[in-house]
Amino acid sequence: MSTSDGIEKKRYERPVIRKLEGGVPGKFGARAAMTPLTHIDGLSVSGLIEQFGSPLFVISERSIRSTFRKAQAAFTTRYPRVQFAWSYKTNYLDAVCKIYHQEGSWAEVVSGFEYEKALRNGVPGKKIIFNGPDKTMDDLSLAIRNDSLIHIDHLDELYMLGGLAENLGIRPKVAIRVNMDTGVYPMWDRFGFNYENGQAWDALNKIMRSGKLELVGLHTHIGTFMLSPSAYAMAAYKLADLAIGLQQRYNHTVKYIDMGGGFASRNTLKGSYLPGQDVNPGFDDFAEAITSTLLNASFVNNELPLLILETGRALVDEAGYLLGTVIANKRTSQGKRTTIIDIGVNLLFTAFWYDHKISPAQSFTEYTEETTLYGPLCMNIDVIRDSANLPLLNKGDHLVIHHTGAYNLTQWMQFITLRPKVVLIDQEGKPHVIRDNEHMETLTGLEHTPAHLTSFEL
Amino acid sequence: MKIKSNIAISDSGLLFNPGSGESYSVNPTGAEIIRMIRENKTDHEIRDYFLAHYQTDTSTFEKDFHDFVQLLKQQLILDLSDESTT
Amino acid sequence: MKARLNIAVTGLNAIDSPGPGVPVIRCLREAASFECRITGLSYETLEPGIYMHELVDKTYQIPYPSAGTEALYERLAYIQSREQLDLVIPNFDAELFSFILLEKRLLEMGIHSFLPTREQFEARHKFNLADFGETHGLLVPESKTLFHAGELIEAEETFDFPFVVKGKFYDAGIAYNREQALTYFNKISGKWGLPIIIQKYIKGTEFNVAGLGDGKGNRIAAVPMRKQYITDKGKAWGGIVVEDERLLDLTDRFIGETKWRGAFELELMQGEDQELYIMEINPRIPAWIYLTAGVGQNIPEALTRLAMGESVKPFPTYTGGKMFIRYSWDMIVDHSEFQEISIRGEL
Ligand SMILES: Cc1ncc(COP(=O)(O)O)c(C=O)c1O
Repeated sequence: MSTSDGIEKKRYERPVIRKLEGGVPGKFGARAAMTPLTHIDGLSVSGLIEQFGSPLFVISERSIRSTFRKAQAAFTTRYPRVQFAWSYKTNYLDAVCKIYHQEGSWAEVVSGFEYEKALRNGVPGKKIIFNGPDKTMDDLSLAIRNDSLIHIDHLDELYMLGGLAENLGIRPKVAIRVNMDTGVYPMWDRFGFNYENGQAWDALNKIMRSGKLELVGLHTHIGTFMLSPSAYAMAAYKLADLAIGLQQRYNHTVKYIDMGGGFASRNTLKGSYLPGQDVNPGFDDFAEAITSTLLNASFVNNELPLLILETGRALVDEAGYLLGTVIANKRTSQGKRTTIIDIGVNLLFTAFWYDHKISPAQSFTEYTEETTLYGPLCMNIDVIRDSANLPLLNKGDHLVIHHTGAYNLTQWMQFITLRPKVVLIDQEGKPHVIRDNEHMETLTGLEHTPAHLTSFEL
Repeated sequence: MKIKSNIAISDSGLLFNPGSGESYSVNPTGAEIIRMIRENKTDHEIRDYFLAHYQTDTSTFEKDFHDFVQLLKQQLILDLSDESTT
Repeated sequence: MKARLNIAVTGLNAIDSPGPGVPVIRCLREAASFECRITGLSYETLEPGIYMHELVDKTYQIPYPSAGTEALYERLAYIQSREQLDLVIPNFDAELFSFILLEKRLLEMGIHSFLPTREQFEARHKFNLADFGETHGLLVPESKTLFHAGELIEAEETFDFPFVVKGKFYDAGIAYNREQALTYFNKISGKWGLPIIIQKYIKGTEFNVAGLGDGKGNRIAAVPMRKQYITDKGKAWGGIVVEDERLLDLTDRFIGETKWRGAFELELMQGEDQELYIMEINPRIPAWIYLTAGVGQNIPEALTRLAMGESVKPFPTYTGGKMFIRYSWDMIVDHSEFQEISIRGEL
């Protein structure tokens, strides 16, 4: 931009004045912490927004594949038989699932809907793991006929499977989900059968004695965003103990041990002092805890079971970016700076758990202001960051929220406006819309207005 | 509007108010505005100068300018005694 | 000619709950084996050490640990380009983890350090202390980690009143009955979150040992001290060296078992049963470190030499009968210095 007499206009930054206080970090405290993120995999953020709108979810295929390979290497370099199963609930956009399937992942699903999605995506039935407490009679018969791996959550399901097996004349392949004390709070004891109080053995005995079900594995999922590798060592120890017990009692060998998901991603939990990037354990830490426990367990004939992992968030969080735009700058009644952006908690569900890292998408000076970032929803809970030390953003500036790939695209809500596009940047740096933005008809098409309500006069 | 006469502002954007003992850091845009107020420029002159030299528009600048002046008042950097002249 | 080292030191907050930086610098200034330039690293603009120019040659602000190791790394790289540091001695609990993570990368820039390993650092954490004691055969007060208040009542079966109710990071209270225990549980968990640790209350005499391990299981230095006067912040304002072989034996066992690398402080309690319990292990130099130089074991000096790769012989003895008495001191500082560190981040 230039003036009429040809002078280049300077980039405008709103005027700020900030009191210097002992105890408050100078600008040097915060400066290095922030650099603009102008491009994602070679594509400019402003270009992406111009082409596809704001807000916009962007997923990096490159990041998905490289993170997956890192995770796989962490396990396969330590243990001979490893299988990942993509946890659909974490992100079940077809394009995303298919990247994982191309990388060799099976599918892990927890509902009839997810199960059908996995089938549609071309995953063979016997490579689908069916978890969860709510599997209907129809879901189960389909899964049995497809030879899928059914992980039993409760006794009612166990009996239902027994009945179905008889009717269909097929022996379903099953595992039980086991919950246990791993020294971590809260203990997820609402899913599956408890290890310590004997429920797990009770279920195993019922399966072994009935003969109607083929017990192929043992499963646990001890929690999500776990920060303690030692909890996995404990869980692996307890599942191995059950497997060895089955060998001794029934001379029966399970084919696999499924450790579930739950590894922490690189996000920073609210209230955590140090950033998640620094302190959260990585794949190597979890892999070491799990595999060393299994390698040291006394399986009969030293036959190691297949190790299945249903890792979700730790694989996909980093690959997801949420791009948005500043709507307005305001001050609260107390004089605190607030900035409204076009990204609400309906799109960024994880804002309730994490202090998401946020980068402006354009260059800025070292001046910052302590800012509350609000979303555009007309609700008090719509807060993206309670307090972030941000450079001076102008109306219309773009920003990028990092590590949003897990759970947001499955738990997002349509509220007061329509949900935006999701774009995948492929490995060559080409963008693809993998989910369209919603239209009025997307929603109204599902509605039916009774005849007596069709007209009115005002 | 008048900046209190004993207030010093350095090249690096440091503003010191000996009356209260408070120090402030001011960004270059802020420093420029303070300099212009000190030179007795009117609101309009300041606005026109910014519109001519910076990539901004009238409504954005007026809003930010107003916000900034409020802060200067709150921090007693602006002399309120001659409010009538503004 | 003596070597001249440029040493960066944090913890310049010589306030009423002091950081160890200033006393560490006094030890370094008195080192017999080298001369030094001291580069202060500060977080806040009113840390007194920043303004003590006879002790600190130049100070740079560094980002808080919560900004992450990358931010710290970048800032240190900038400082290194100006200073040619040989060594950094971090002194805050909260920053140690970041410096441990960066140890290798800093060494690649030429900045040495001598810190505990990440495993050592984590194993001695408050909530791992019981396991730590068990693993290494060291006596620690019996404790239990609780995740909900109901567990307090179960705990009464194994713990007699009074017992100590402790928070994850800070805060503790001594509970003499169930009501008090519940009150502390709720108060502390409300502030610092779960879990809560309850610990057997050990009545007795408190001793502290400042020491240095070479990372191979050898004790290079150890000076035991009994606090004589404690401020309302729980800090020693006066203390006396004590000559008790049992304290040194315990320190040797601790170093031998853990192969502790770097400086540390053991907080010990001698119970009425005359047993010595390890109450806490601080993975860094304590603020009363100048006493060790005063009795012939200059721990910061020895740590510096270890960090620079020299072989250091253990100190055989220390002088008995010495005390430290702390005092505070008002400096007159020109406001321009405060502005300088605030605006430019350097002074
Ligand atoms: C059974 C099961 N497996 C795997 C996962 C994926 O967990 P995460 O995303 O924490 O890795 C979940 C998530 O809740 C789950 O319930």
